[in-house]
Amino acid sequence: MAKKKSLGKINGFSIQFLPYSEIRYLGADERIRKILNIVLGNNILILQGKLKAEEETRLIGDTMAMIGHVKTFKGIELAVIGGNGEGSIFANIKKGLANALAGGDMGAVTIIGPATIVKEIKKNPKKIELMLNR
Amino acid sequence: MAIKVIKNFFKKIFSSIFKQKGEIKLGFYGPPNAGKTSLANRICKDFTGEEIGSVSKIPHETRNVQFKEKVEIEYKGRKMMFKMIDTPGIATKIDYEEFLKYKMGKKESKKRAKEATQGVVESIKWLDDMDVVVIVLDATANPYNQVNITIIGNLVARKIPVLIVANKIDVKKADVKKVEAAFPDYEVVGISAKYGKNLEEFYESIFKLSKKVK
Repeated sequence: MAKKKSLGKINGFSIQFLPYSEIRYLGADERIRKILNIVLGNNILILQGKLKAEEETRLIGDTMAMIGHVKTFKGIELAVIGGNGEGSIFANIKKGLANALAGGDMGAVTIIGPATIVKEIKKNPKKIELMLNR
Repeated sequence: MAIKVIKNFFKKIFSSIFKQKGEIKLGFYGPPNAGKTSLANRICKDFTGEEIGSVSKIPHETRNVQFKEKVEIEYKGRKMMFKMIDTPGIATKIDYEEFLKYKMGKKESKKRAKEATQGVVESIKWLDDMDVVVIVLDATANPYNQVNITIIGNLVARKIPVLIVANKIDVKKADVKKVEAAFPDYEVVGISAKYGKNLEEFYESIFKLSKKVK
């Protein structure tokens, strides 16, 4: 008889959804702070929309600054699914107009998790997998 | 915001006045262990006889931005002067325990991790100062890594010409087509920095991109 695979022990965490409306009117500083506060609370954040490229580097920079200063924090795993980067030029123009009105590229979803919980986010054009640490 | 715009305006004016004639700032960016320093070393060694930095199997070997000035690349009778800028690998996480696997002591690992986090911040800061950027990716790894997309997004926002290099084509697992499929809007050149494979195509692309800067 085949041995049952143990799922191992996963320490507590939660998944938090953040609608873009919650960060739409925040400045870059406040946005990053809000996101990092959620992640530092051992939450996997699912953000509607996506950050600007400059905000993403800011998020990486601030994350690096926190490693070593916040106990047990080892960084984040980050992935963006969908959005303007994928699709035809015509579709992108259409999306671009819609996003200009709504802000934040609503066709995208951003996943950010603490590296202590999320081991890896495997992404390819067809699927996304969250590999958790045991 | 207005102060930043004015600051950038004066920065551009001063840098154009004092910029060494014809020297193009060529940055090497990418995730850790993709072969940025190996490629920069290969070019520097070929044209100056000296290397830019040390390489290692242990991630985050480059933890400070390294330069080599006045590197004159000669290709098919054409010459161009570059300032080579090799940057630390950009990552979203750094765990000192990863370094313990390489038989590194705890104290040394912690020190390396701390320096690596500072290196990432330094790399990001330098993005503004580049004329042309080579994104060095490991062709054996998944190209759909958000760090790669973030770096390219930042370069596009800054209107900096980008060349993507799919390194390690000497390794059986390497998949240049996968890298091309991940970045269909960019030129991708498959190379082996370790063995100097396909560097002609790389130089051709660099010359082509650098013309956009002048």
